[in-house]
Amino acid sequence: MVANFTLARREAVKALLVDRRDLLVVTGLGSASYDVFDAGENPANFYLWGAMGGAAMVGLGLALAQPKRPVAVITGDGEQLMGIGSLLTIGAKQPGNLTIVILDNGHFGETGMQVSHSGLGAQLDVIASGAGIRAVTEITDLKGITDYRRTLRDIDGGPRLARIRIATGHVDRALPPRDGVYLKNRFRENLGFAVS
Amino acid sequence: MDDVAVRDEVATDQSWPVQLYKTLKAHGVSQISYVPDAGHSRLIELSHRDGAIKTTVLTTEEEGVALSAGAWLGGDRAVLLMQSSGVGNCVNMFSLAASCRLPFLTLVTMRGEWAEFNPWQIPMGKATPQALEIMGVTVLRLERPEDAEEIVSAACSLAFESDQQIAVLISQRMLGRKKWTETK
Repeated sequence: MVANFTLARREAVKALLVDRRDLLVVTGLGSASYDVFDAGENPANFYLWGAMGGAAMVGLGLALAQPKRPVAVITGDGEQLMGIGSLLTIGAKQPGNLTIVILDNGHFGETGMQVSHSGLGAQLDVIASGAGIRAVTEITDLKGITDYRRTLRDIDGGPRLARIRIATGHVDRALPPRDGVYLKNRFRENLGFAVS
Repeated sequence: MDDVAVRDEVATDQSWPVQLYKTLKAHGVSQISYVPDAGHSRLIELSHRDGAIKTTVLTTEEEGVALSAGAWLGGDRAVLLMQSSGVGNCVNMFSLAASCRLPFLTLVTMRGEWAEFNPWQIPMGKATPQALEIMGVTVLRLERPEDAEEIVSAACSLAFESDQQIAVLISQRMLGRKKWTETK
């Protein structure tokens, strides 16, 4: 049941991050990292280039450490599927300032567009809800994104999960820095921690 | 119960789980995640009752590796508690700590090495030190209860001050034999 969704991923992420203010962003490896980088470089972005399945948990550790800042994890359906248990861990912990945004095209885009479990019928929004993440939203168009943008900046009412249904069309890669130590140091420095 | 009440309760307790708790507190640890384990049950209980520690139960151990990374990015010191069988689950996720040179500390209770009753615990128990070392994690052994404070304190310094990935393997001999039949 692969439905036809038309929302362009770059446009969607750009619209989501307009006026992001103090939002901290963790990205899942693959296209989600490229999309967030393309939307605008920012020291409050932490791009994962590996650690598949770990993006949501990096977001949880960060959200618990920084309860006064909104935290968004922006990742793909494939990356989230590999760490599906982390939705239960987030559901158990209930961090009010954490939002998981899944860019869902129902495919493993980075590896040759194989159909993912999501494309084969798994409903990540329903799974999240069953895991204890009560604030779940499905978004299929640009209006949905602009309506959701403010919610992303809330530091309570979470944990939230937004499943954004995006198109599968080819998009050129946009490559963020991939030196992990650099990404770590600039992220921490931006939060006011001295680099030792 | 707040952390002051916990502190009063453990003030004179010399048991090794309490020594671990006090040492982690002294090093400013404010996040603890865990996959449940009988050997860690006292530390897990203290962690949950301590209002100054954010305690997270995981579905699988590699979640804790990623959680510790996020905690450090946000300025928190985190520790992962698990059993040796969980080390194998973490192998690829250790790349995150290595690539970003992130502080990482895990306290691992050993199975499959001392008076083990369950043969299914042996393979991962035997492979645990190497599984850590091949991914660049430094292994320290805690063999005697009286060394708990000294070794975990050294591990905290190596992790949080020198940005190293450290595992403290807690000997199964320290945990005692697991009882498999109810005594009447």
